[in-house]
Amino acid sequence: MMNRSPYISDAPSVGAIMLKVLLALVPGIIAYVWMFGGGILVTLLLATVTALLAEAVMLKIRNRPIQPFLTDYSAVTTAWLLALAIPPLSPWWLIVVGTLFAIVIAKHLYGGLGYNPFNPAMIGYAVLLISFPALMTKWPAALQLAQTKLGFIDQLQFIFSGALPPQIMLDAVTSATPLDYLKTQLTLNHDVAGISQAPIFGTLGGKGGEYVAGAYLLGGLYLWQQKIITWHLPTAFLAALAVISGVFWLADSAHYASPAFHLFSGASILCAFFIITDPVSGPTTPKGKLWFAAGVAVITYLIRVYGGYPDGVAFAVIFMNICVPLIDAHTQPRVFGHSK
Amino acid sequence: MNALVNLTSLLKSAKEIFPFHGGVHPPENKAQSTQLPIGQLSLPEKLVLPLRQHVGNIPKVKVSIGEHVLKGQLIAEAEGAVSAAIHAPTSGTIFSIADATIPHPSGLPDRCITLIPDGKDTWIDKKPQNWRTGDRKNLVASLRLSGIVGLGGATFPTHIKLRADGKSGVHTLIINAAECEPYITCDDRLMRERADEIVQGIAIAQFMLGAERVIIGIEDNKPEAAKAMEAAVNKVAIANTKMEVVVVPTLYPSGDARRLVHLVLGTEIPHDKRSTEVGLQVFNVATVLALYRYFEFGEPSISRIVSMTGNVQQPQNFEVLFGTPLPHLVTAAGGAKADTSHYIMGGPMMGFALPDENVPITKAANCIIAASPNLFAPPPPAMPCIRCARCADACPVNLQPQELYWFAKADNFEKANDYKLFDCIECGACSYVCPSNIPLVQYYRYAKSEIIAADKAKEAADLARERNDFRLARIEREKLERAQKHAERAEAGKAAAAKLAAEKAANGAIKDALETNIHAAPGDAKDNEADVQKAAKQAAIAAAIERAKAAKAAAVASGDAPKNVVNADASVKKEIAEIDARRDAVGLSEKLAVDPVAVEDKQAKIAAAIAKAKAAKAAADAVKLIENASENKE
Repeated sequence: MMNRSPYISDAPSVGAIMLKVLLALVPGIIAYVWMFGGGILVTLLLATVTALLAEAVMLKIRNRPIQPFLTDYSAVTTAWLLALAIPPLSPWWLIVVGTLFAIVIAKHLYGGLGYNPFNPAMIGYAVLLISFPALMTKWPAALQLAQTKLGFIDQLQFIFSGALPPQIMLDAVTSATPLDYLKTQLTLNHDVAGISQAPIFGTLGGKGGEYVAGAYLLGGLYLWQQKIITWHLPTAFLAALAVISGVFWLADSAHYASPAFHLFSGASILCAFFIITDPVSGPTTPKGKLWFAAGVAVITYLIRVYGGYPDGVAFAVIFMNICVPLIDAHTQPRVFGHSK
Repeated sequence: MNALVNLTSLLKSAKEIFPFHGGVHPPENKAQSTQLPIGQLSLPEKLVLPLRQHVGNIPKVKVSIGEHVLKGQLIAEAEGAVSAAIHAPTSGTIFSIADATIPHPSGLPDRCITLIPDGKDTWIDKKPQNWRTGDRKNLVASLRLSGIVGLGGATFPTHIKLRADGKSGVHTLIINAAECEPYITCDDRLMRERADEIVQGIAIAQFMLGAERVIIGIEDNKPEAAKAMEAAVNKVAIANTKMEVVVVPTLYPSGDARRLVHLVLGTEIPHDKRSTEVGLQVFNVATVLALYRYFEFGEPSISRIVSMTGNVQQPQNFEVLFGTPLPHLVTAAGGAKADTSHYIMGGPMMGFALPDENVPITKAANCIIAASPNLFAPPPPAMPCIRCARCADACPVNLQPQELYWFAKADNFEKANDYKLFDCIECGACSYVCPSNIPLVQYYRYAKSEIIAADKAKEAADLARERNDFRLARIEREKLERAQKHAERAEAGKAAAAKLAAEKAANGAIKDALETNIHAAPGDAKDNEADVQKAAKQAAIAAAIERAKAAKAAAVASGDAPKNVVNADASVKKEIAEIDARRDAVGLSEKLAVDPVAVEDKQAKIAAAIAKAKAAKAAADAVKLIENASENKE
């Protein structure tokens, strides 16, 4: 006999939390489809199926109950985040390989749900970026800009067979991302004001992409309102990114893009609300969350500006994941009744 | 109407509130049991009074089986500093003093006094005391006989908390009327119905502590109680009394003493200090009411208010005599509904499942909840911790429950201690919000018990080591002493051997003479002093010879060197070996111990002296004995 109190509970299950995260991604996905076509839906589906199969097989191999872990939807969340991070007009196996790596290696080989030190989606992304750099930069142009518009069936066909309709060249349907374009143009001694006259630039970030980012922001605010995430991580990330890009921009606006551009380009908003908010691989203390998110922001910015990749979110997150135990240990809050 | 009352009471206490970190707001479930006033129970057929009803030592039983006792009669007396007395809740006969199941999480039986009521409910001669004129020291001393303990559930003996003798240093008395746990409403009903008596009780506690200020903290989900207390405080104008009712937001666990102090004063009692060390003392409303009944009417602590709620037909609060079997209370509440599976004592956050329905109500029983699978669904299987830190957000102590969980799970107790495991108040807020349904508090209880057990084991080991060190030192010292004696003896032997060599020729003759003397000694002893001395000498020598022979034989028999040399260190052994070698050289090592002549000179003289001294002492003792005997007679 032992004391088992409390006898009551009021907590959403892990599954319910993950479902809300998925729900919060829906506005972003809708904006994505609207801006770039339905191909992303195929990628999402491929990722989901791969993730669930991989999860089930790994649970079976590891002799864990399958049903409760499949319905925690954590694998689906990982799959969606990875799918949204890679170019949607990629061959089908790219997302499958990335998802497999994320679920099998980054998640289950480290002990499964709750034990992975690194964000599985970002590990999957990093593996793809390093292994298939060319494919990872083939982003579709926003539909409103593309000289030739690919329909959903065309995109589907391209994903599975790599074949485009006759007379359509791949370059006609893809374009560099604004971050990528900015980077290459800057090396050609163009200034930011000139570069951002290019049609791929929108009001804040890239054309099309900025709307998707705005939709992610909406979803993120929903997560905050639902108390799935706290304000710490997104605020610290966005603030730190704004500050560091602001400092460079104020110092030399000809060579450094504005904070608004950095906030609404690339994976900034997705990262702020959906990627660094992965609880398992992130810090737990309020102060730790601030340091972690600020660290991700600074490293992301440095990679964008000085690194070899147009965006740096994945590497920044992975690097800061390593620091989590250290951050947590040094940011323990003051316990009631203790001076420190 | 409710909202209006709520609003007015809130306005009245426009006092600043200092929120604590975290906290949760579970469904209150208090309305069910507050519909009816506090009910009275009929006398049960028997009362079972566990001796273990409070924090501290088990009281000493003062009655015997078959003895008739009166209501309020002391039947077990406080034993040691921290203990509380137990009184007969009604008049009747002591039926048994034996082990029975008590309401304790362990489910283990413990010593109980069973009383069969005689139905007359005859009080002892009650002795009210005027606390206003009484000496504080005496009042507190008399409280030891009251049996009053903290009735909020902590059951700490109240006389200890008031042990102030006017120099308590307590400037503020906090009355805990928060009652933050769901379902529990005993304090709520008590305040609604007996606010005047409570305020009188507060005045007593305040007087005994010498506190300047009193703050009564009530959660805002009890507006009627707050209003009643407010009215009572205003009505009872007691000199030098400043009492304020402070309404605090409903947020579990605001009724935890340290949390309540923070809420009303903004004071964080340091983790390693008691509230009195910072000039504060906290009492529950029911406890101060018991103080009032004790001093004003001379009634010891024999009953309490219990919320009987949950899965019963008519949840209600009752005034229950201690020792009342639970079924009696359940029946009074209309009986349990069909699907009742078990009973919980306390609230759903910190209470525990009773091992058995047939347990008595004790001083700690503020609430009994009839539970059903419907009411308290068994938790789904635990999932891994996803480090979401909801527990950390809910923790009222600002701990990191997710870290403590990892450490407890990994048996990393040192780290758990570093992360302030022992500041955990086990309120259950962390488990309440955990999406993975991890029974976090159970892990903390486990880790705490392991650490406590390890500390105890360490303490015992330290003590054992200390003892062992001392023992080793003693053995070493004795060894050296023995070696020294040995060496001295060997020296003596050497001297004697030299002498012996010189007198070798006369040896045989002397031996014969001695033997004759020994046999003759008894007869000759009285003749002259020289003979007496000689006889004593010879007797001693003979005895010494016998002892030495016996020792030698024993050593030979055991095939061992004499024990006292076995453990001698190298230098001692070497010394002994040298001595032996020298003995062998003179060919006397065997003879030495047995040859009477060899020892005659020295030892015989010593023995004689000892014999003389003994005789003198015996004589002196005899005289003393006689003197004492005569004194005693007088």
